[in-house]
Amino acid sequence: MATIQEIVSRETPLAPGHRMCAGCGISPIVNTVVAASDKPVIIANATSCLEVTTTIYPFSAWKIPWVHLTFENAAAVASGIETAYKSLKKRGKITDDVNILAFGGDGGTYDIGFQALSGALERGHKFMYVVYDNEGYMNTGNQRSGATPFGASTTTVPAGTHSFGKPQWRKNIVEIAAAHRIPFTAQAAVHNLLDLYNKAKKGFGADGPAFMAVLQPCTTNWHYDSELTIAYSRLASETNFWPLYEVENGKVHINYKPKERKPIEEFLKGQRRFKHLFKPENKHVIEEMQKMIDEEWERLLQLEAAQVRF
Amino acid sequence: MSVTKPLTGAQATAEAMRQINPDVVVAYPITPQTPVVEFFSEFVANGIVDTETIPVESEHSAMSATVGAAAAGARAMCATSSQGLALMWEVVAATPGLRLPIVMPVVNRALSAPINIHCDHSDSMGAATIGWMQIFSENAQEAYENMFLALKIAEHPDVLLPAMVLQDGFITSHGVENVKVLGDGIVKAFVGDRNPDRYLLDVKHPYTIGPLALPDYYFEIKRQQEEAMINAKRVYLEVGNELSRLTGNKYPYFEEYRTDGAEAVIVVLSSAAGTAKDVVDELRNEGKKVGLIKPILFRPFPYKEMREALVKFAVVGVLDRSMSFGSYDPLYADIRNSLFESERKPKLQSYVFGLGGRDIFKSEIRQVFNELLSGNLDSEHHKYIGLRG
Amino acid sequence: MADKKGWKDLMRGGDLPAATSVQYKTGSWRSLRPVFDPSNCIHCMICVSYCPDMAIPTKKTDEGVTGKAGRVYKGIVRLETDFDYCKGCGICATECPTKCITMIREEETVESSSR
Repeated sequence: MATIQEIVSRETPLAPGHRMCAGCGISPIVNTVVAASDKPVIIANATSCLEVTTTIYPFSAWKIPWVHLTFENAAAVASGIETAYKSLKKRGKITDDVNILAFGGDGGTYDIGFQALSGALERGHKFMYVVYDNEGYMNTGNQRSGATPFGASTTTVPAGTHSFGKPQWRKNIVEIAAAHRIPFTAQAAVHNLLDLYNKAKKGFGADGPAFMAVLQPCTTNWHYDSELTIAYSRLASETNFWPLYEVENGKVHINYKPKERKPIEEFLKGQRRFKHLFKPENKHVIEEMQKMIDEEWERLLQLEAAQVRF
Repeated sequence: MSVTKPLTGAQATAEAMRQINPDVVVAYPITPQTPVVEFFSEFVANGIVDTETIPVESEHSAMSATVGAAAAGARAMCATSSQGLALMWEVVAATPGLRLPIVMPVVNRALSAPINIHCDHSDSMGAATIGWMQIFSENAQEAYENMFLALKIAEHPDVLLPAMVLQDGFITSHGVENVKVLGDGIVKAFVGDRNPDRYLLDVKHPYTIGPLALPDYYFEIKRQQEEAMINAKRVYLEVGNELSRLTGNKYPYFEEYRTDGAEAVIVVLSSAAGTAKDVVDELRNEGKKVGLIKPILFRPFPYKEMREALVKFAVVGVLDRSMSFGSYDPLYADIRNSLFESERKPKLQSYVFGLGGRDIFKSEIRQVFNELLSGNLDSEHHKYIGLRG
Repeated sequence: MADKKGWKDLMRGGDLPAATSVQYKTGSWRSLRPVFDPSNCIHCMICVSYCPDMAIPTKKTDEGVTGKAGRVYKGIVRLETDFDYCKGCGICATECPTKCITMIREEETVESSSR
């Protein structure tokens, strides 16, 4: 079993001097995932907060080989890198072993990059795709995405006199990825880096594509004080809003089961995007959210108990 | 050291790709390009090449995966047409900025709407300003040889830009011609291996590709890209001379056909030039002083050389197989531009023909020549060939 | 603009060398400053692992350093925060299990004027 000491002993792929917001959890996610690789890592990055803040010319924060092309194609770019790797290796033009990793935000993954992701998973490229999920288009200032939770107020679906924010539940990207019958998919969160590290190890070791969705609370657009990023991530799993689980060779395993799940209000309070839900007229929204969370959790427990393969 | 094979234009392109044996080929179907990747995939399936292929789920991913492979260090190719080029446009536009020497055969097809699968040039003309070299092919033979030409120019250290090799959909891509195919060893020696000076898979020398450049640097990076395009014009002739030694053919910026002493000249791209040459022959036999110019290197456009060629003539008719709505048609605009510095200018007439695959007949080209010789011209408005009134 | 390179001197294609961001000192963003009390630290590495700015340096030590309750901690230990890069987010202070990091306003520090 790995320890935090071991993880932080590895050279980080990111150098300081990047321009993520103070309190942003993306870099611990990146550093922890890459630390889990026993081979050099090449990154394909979708247009996103991570891409923008780490490469403002002439300053790159990347110590390792890194490419950004456009918004919706990190998985396709990774497909190309992986295929080049196979070809050049076969032809004796390179000797180093590598792991190939794609990073995208939730917009670049759930939405605009969804097709390229599905294609790459279906083709079986040996690479890992990691979405750091801040539940909306945060790079452009808090617009709604397929990952935005029910009830959240965004600039494109704001709460108002005739709106309580997003009326739909989020897309279940982990189950969608698992439905491609790939060897490893997982849901992780920034507060539990050991869990993330262990999952990344499994992902890199998988015989085929791996996919991980990692919750990354956004201090700027969820709008809470910067020191609370890890705390909100922890609350997300303690409320079962964001369960930590994995689907290994098709079978579900839940990595963390709260002894007593906290009410969803614990997670919602203090975030500006949910502030309107605490008005009396929106009480029903929180109730509905709680109901859905509990039902989803129950369903996840059943999936785990059944051990029926995805 | 060459054999003659009956090949379609698409087969000829696939044959060139077989001989190049790229590290990675990305395949996605779109009429009329599809047979290019089909024939190539057959070579792979039968072990004739050991290229790794990626059968992607869209053209957007086709270009993206090709860029990923090229950035990783591979010699990578994909092919497309029309809607496919339109879908991948975002990535097509990003590729020259990254200076990746990708060669992409483009089989010209009309752009929707209305949807149409036949030839015109509206697809690639829409992508003529974003930094790809464009080399047009009249027939299968040229489509074959231009692949080697394009590859060597693209990978030249002074250039490092992507290139489209264009041929006319169906007319060239699906028509069978006798094609002189070079020996495999000759091609192999000519194209060699791609040896990039830096690439992602060289993990001991990490670097960053595709950063965010803001107003303080974007302009300079684009200026570099233009320099590469300027160099491409020179390198085109150098590589053409090398290739000439193998094929015996010439690789000028444009072909001048029977222009000696010509009064009226037609400028036309690709397969229609073949038809027009027949008409030139007939009219010359009748004693009329006519000729033809067939541009081959369309990007970068050889303005100076074109001007020097055109000033000799009294009248020039430019036949475009696409329209540039609200402005002069693309080929015409460049021809017109090329003459600005010249005090002596031929009279000009713009024509549009063949949209959506409409045939152009010899009789119509003959009529164009007659019109040009009659001097009844209007250089500010195009005329239509073969359009019902 | 004059201190920036001209077009002929930039790497081809907008490429950048690795890790040039170290020249960009994000410490100037900071309004709160983490004050680290080594005498109460257990060198658990939680702050290091969460630090979004790689601003908590570590070292490996066989002789160890003295931390909480006078105990000597060996192996990997944390050092003083790197104020060139620390943006002052406060995650380290919030997540520290022994509360050995305190956030104070920059203007309350003597050193702040030089940072």
